[in-house]
Amino acid sequence: MRKTPVKSILQRYSVHFILVVLGAGITYLAYQEAIGLYVLSVLMFMGVNIILSTSLNLVNGNMGEFSCGHAGFMCVGAYVASILGVLLFAKDKIFGVPLLSPDLAVYCFPFIIIAGGIAAAFAGLLVALPSYKTRGDYLAIITIAANYIIISLIENLGAIGGSRGFMGMKKVVNAMNDVVDLPWMVIWVFIFTVFTVWILRRYNSSTFGKGVSAICQDEVAAEIMSVDTNKVKTITFMLSSGLAGIAGGLFAYIIGYVNPGSFNILKSTEVMVMVYLGGMASLSGAVMSAIFFTILLELLRPLQIIKWVIIPLVLIIVMQFRPEGIMGNRELSDIFPKLKRFYRFK
Amino acid sequence: MMADTMKKKDAPVLEICNMTQKFGGLTALSDFNITLGSKTMAGLIGPNGAGKTTVFNLVSGFYQPTQGQIRIGGCPTAGLKPHKVTALGVARTFQNIRLWNQMSVLDNIRVAQHGKLGYSFFQAILRTDHYCEREEQIKKEAYELLSVFDLEKYANEFPTNLPYGLQRKLEIVRALSEKPKLLLLDEPAAGLNSVDVQELIRLVRWIFETFDVTIWMIEHHMDVMMELCDEIKVIDFGQTIAEGSAEYVRNHPAVITAYLGDDNL
Repeated sequence: MRKTPVKSILQRYSVHFILVVLGAGITYLAYQEAIGLYVLSVLMFMGVNIILSTSLNLVNGNMGEFSCGHAGFMCVGAYVASILGVLLFAKDKIFGVPLLSPDLAVYCFPFIIIAGGIAAAFAGLLVALPSYKTRGDYLAIITIAANYIIISLIENLGAIGGSRGFMGMKKVVNAMNDVVDLPWMVIWVFIFTVFTVWILRRYNSSTFGKGVSAICQDEVAAEIMSVDTNKVKTITFMLSSGLAGIAGGLFAYIIGYVNPGSFNILKSTEVMVMVYLGGMASLSGAVMSAIFFTILLELLRPLQIIKWVIIPLVLIIVMQFRPEGIMGNRELSDIFPKLKRFYRFK
Repeated sequence: MMADTMKKKDAPVLEICNMTQKFGGLTALSDFNITLGSKTMAGLIGPNGAGKTTVFNLVSGFYQPTQGQIRIGGCPTAGLKPHKVTALGVARTFQNIRLWNQMSVLDNIRVAQHGKLGYSFFQAILRTDHYCEREEQIKKEAYELLSVFDLEKYANEFPTNLPYGLQRKLEIVRALSEKPKLLLLDEPAAGLNSVDVQELIRLVRWIFETFDVTIWMIEHHMDVMMELCDEIKVIDFGQTIAEGSAEYVRNHPAVITAYLGDDNL
């Protein structure tokens, strides 16, 4: 009898514990400069890619739509977060003196990133509203159009740099480091990655979120069986693009520079490759393939441009021999049911 | 206000007045009328392509009628989307089974509660107490319903792994989980063998006796109709050609002509 509470506490908090240890470990190593800047940036891109692939998986995997414009929403998030950060906390030749004291940057940073996410969620309406009437291939075309609309809009906005891009985010990061000297970007990327997976996990396991799969499997039956399909589609698209916006904001602050060219259709394709590699509608598959894909990209870096011959080739091979992706539509806990004994991540 | 609620209470479960449906130049249904009171079991028959499923699609809000009016429990359904019509108390099954095949049997029932979740997206994400309570309740009710129909042992199976007869049953159970006032069954016996048909007849009768529900069904198996329905309506090419008791309809000359053709060919 006495063992049970300990076991259930262990079960309930094992994932939290592992995550805290992992986060603290990476932060400590980064703080001590035990891991190089290069490895650190790869780790941070890994986090960004996890956010991107899991959020796209919500639309492409769970809802069964084919969104090819994910990078567009990332772009909105990146620009909104960058402009807001620079406007508020950094001296810039476009916006002039910061509106707030740079010392506050360290507290406001997460809100800036979330503001980028919210802006991207509203940009998601660009796809969500047409999705009421359209689906499948036609909606895919609309998502490409949405991506182009966002990119060309920003390319033509001279005030924020146009196609030359926008910079100054490094100053914000430096301002954060001036107040408390910690590897802030590592910490925030880690937190937002966990936050994303956690939100998506909760969403997918709720009855509300199961409506998303119902729409995927039979939209007519879903509508007749009392699912408000338009509402579910709107929320799902907004959630997916909002999380992409968060990834975009983090991406902008990691690099310190954004330009519309880095959010074109190729970037969207890259995210799509991650989702299809991992397996449709599998959250753990999307996380794993994002990690795998980031490492693969870095390993193939010496090949330079040939890299983009190898990676699509990998996709062709995966589609030939395992069309459902690495995980199929199963989760890690479906493959190893024993894992359920050890963790409850809800 | 009082009079209004009184009126709604006394209103028939389903009332269709002069409903006409045109698809382009084709009149799929013309001048259709029916009134179904509470606790009735009615049938709708007709040869292939007569417009039977069109009637059900109209009642469940999937199409908007070109002309005429549908009232469910006194509420007109014009302009309502299907999930709103479902909220008024209509549930249906489909001619070709439309279960969500990559979702467990339990989840199939859970999703059908989507209309009355009572929590918002943010409550779901934050797992508020209210959300947890509702989820528990939905799960509990789903299990209860499944066990009433002896399906609880399949709760974690995918519907595709169930035998065909059970898939039909599950679809009816899913419709019932909406707690409808009007249950539309679109060819529930299609594809069933004679043993399963007898089983289905018992099931439908049991549902009719146990739940407070009006059942309206389309069926080709005349024995099912004869056994179950108090009143049958026959349509052909969108026109109502006969209505009455099963016995009356079966011997009606227009019905015989519609099904078997004219004898002086």
